[in-house]
Amino acid sequence: MDFSLSKEHEMARQLFKDFAETEVKPLAQEIDQEHRFPRETVEKLAKYGFLGIPVPKELGGQGCDVLTYAMCVEEMSKVCGTTGVIVSAHTSLCVDPIMTFGTDEQKQKYVVPLAKGEKLGAFGLTEPGAGTDAQGQQTKAVLDGDEWVLNGSKCFITNGKEADVYVIFAVTGKVEKRGKMMKEISAFIVEKGTPGFTFGTKENKMGICGSATYELIFTDCRIPKDNLLGKQGKGFNIAMHTLDGGRIGIAAQALGLAAGALETTIQYVNERKQFGRAIGAFQNTQFQLADMATKVEAARLLVYKAARAKDQYQKDGKSAYGVEAAMAKLYAAEVAMEVTTKCVQLHGGYGYIKEYDVERMMRDAKITEIYEGTSEVQRMVISAALLK
Amino acid sequence: MKVVVCIKQVPDTKGGVKFNPDGTLDRGAMLAIMNPDDKAGLEAALRLKDQYGAHVTVLTMGLPKAADVLREALAMGADDAVLVTDRVLGGADTWATSTTLAGALRNMEYDLIITGRQAIDGDTAQVGPQIAEHLGIPVISYAQEIKLDGNKVTVKRQYDDRYHMVEAKLPCLITALSELNDPRYMTPGGIFDACQAEITTWGRADLKDVEDGNLGLNGSPTKIAKASDKVRKGAGEKFVPESPEEAVGIIIGKLKEKHVI
Repeated sequence: MDFSLSKEHEMARQLFKDFAETEVKPLAQEIDQEHRFPRETVEKLAKYGFLGIPVPKELGGQGCDVLTYAMCVEEMSKVCGTTGVIVSAHTSLCVDPIMTFGTDEQKQKYVVPLAKGEKLGAFGLTEPGAGTDAQGQQTKAVLDGDEWVLNGSKCFITNGKEADVYVIFAVTGKVEKRGKMMKEISAFIVEKGTPGFTFGTKENKMGICGSATYELIFTDCRIPKDNLLGKQGKGFNIAMHTLDGGRIGIAAQALGLAAGALETTIQYVNERKQFGRAIGAFQNTQFQLADMATKVEAARLLVYKAARAKDQYQKDGKSAYGVEAAMAKLYAAEVAMEVTTKCVQLHGGYGYIKEYDVERMMRDAKITEIYEGTSEVQRMVISAALLK
Repeated sequence: MKVVVCIKQVPDTKGGVKFNPDGTLDRGAMLAIMNPDDKAGLEAALRLKDQYGAHVTVLTMGLPKAADVLREALAMGADDAVLVTDRVLGGADTWATSTTLAGALRNMEYDLIITGRQAIDGDTAQVGPQIAEHLGIPVISYAQEIKLDGNKVTVKRQYDDRYHMVEAKLPCLITALSELNDPRYMTPGGIFDACQAEITTWGRADLKDVEDGNLGLNGSPTKIAKASDKVRKGAGEKFVPESPEEAVGIIIGKLKEKHVI
């Protein structure tokens, strides 16, 4: 077993770190306070290929691996959770399913411009009545001649309104499974600007405030028959497969938030003086830093292991990575919440003030325990694998 | 069009300079980076590549680990990389370095050679002009802007209080200032390709038309007695005048005291 990073990965990490410090960090506080989507950052991410990292060069991507992509999300999230999730939702939730389940035509038409960053991607599964229970879908798609007609709505969609391409799930019929009638779910590719596809409320969130979270509304929205993604009725599998990968991205985001808060706090405790000495000189501070650093490192190992497992799947098409991804997300998200909360505490009153980055990081961290499968869902995935 | 960019791996002075007890630089304790002026020179070359399809080769002399900056240059978009490394070349001053690089450049095709103005570890600004002298080509130093027009370049050459517009026929050598541009980042895919790329490695035997007496420590007329960090300036004097008139009076008084006026 070798835990050291290759030369490629070391160089890529340095690149992401430099980019994050120079291009992303200066905007982090502003976009959070103004609830503004950082379009200018997305253009820079596109320019340097950060929106197509694990995509083959033939499809307009960088030809790198999942580990490199996870490190990108980690480094962006160290300074700005919003930027981390923009990259993650685009890459894991939109590019990946089209790359994995799309036809050659769909890959050329959608993956190429998405990987080049000419277009931004999003994913719509969640509905007001279908969160963890994805079977509760109400959005319907009916085939009418050469077109699918979509009706319904999706909520809490990351990159909503800002994205150009959406992977959308809808009910296309009913099937009998183990004696029970179940909804047949299928996946579709829907482009922004399609008549009948509009955007509802922009959510006013606790954290990741620069990220655009919208309701998507489909009213007799007609899309070409060819925009069915994968086989009809395989939507649930596509969604679950996609979320397995997405969890690695969110785990990397959580890891970045925890690591970023810790770095900021280490600097702070060296500068902040109480009782005549830096608060870092007190053993209480030192022990807390030691515990946090250990947990962050453990989270990093789980995230990288999950990324490596998905890399293996990309090579052989059969290796499993769902449990690794669930463990990585469960642990990294909980570490992110714990570490950012403790970092606020170590900052004292200043940690509660918006001028200090840890205040934002703590609010950003909470969502990592909720989206792309709550921590409870991750425990279900992990225990199901243990007890099967 | 063929452009060769000479780059150097230098210690990163951002986090402060570290010294060995004997007064020499403790390079191991400092991060190694591409010299900022050289990086601007590389960016200028890559823009010529973007605009005119120029072929860009990067060249460095150094320890085998100097290959790291060559890979960084490849990941930014350079086409080829040449590393000149040999024990006998170690300890070179600017004269021996420029002799070595000129010996390597005689094996290469070029229309334009770009170097950084100076390296942040030596601050001499001598190697670029010396290379041009060895090769018998014109040199334009301190380039702030570079424009290419057929077989000639027009360069805005910076001075403290003015600039010159200088024109030269190709081939020529230009030394670049870090103010020339904002160098691009590497790309992730560029990094993966660069790490697999073949780096041409040359030793003493590959250098053309150079004499041993001009190489390495023995061929270096400069002897370094001691190196030191920048001397910190004193804390200065602080005045809190109550009116602009009083402030002017204090400033004029101090300037007279120092014989500035």
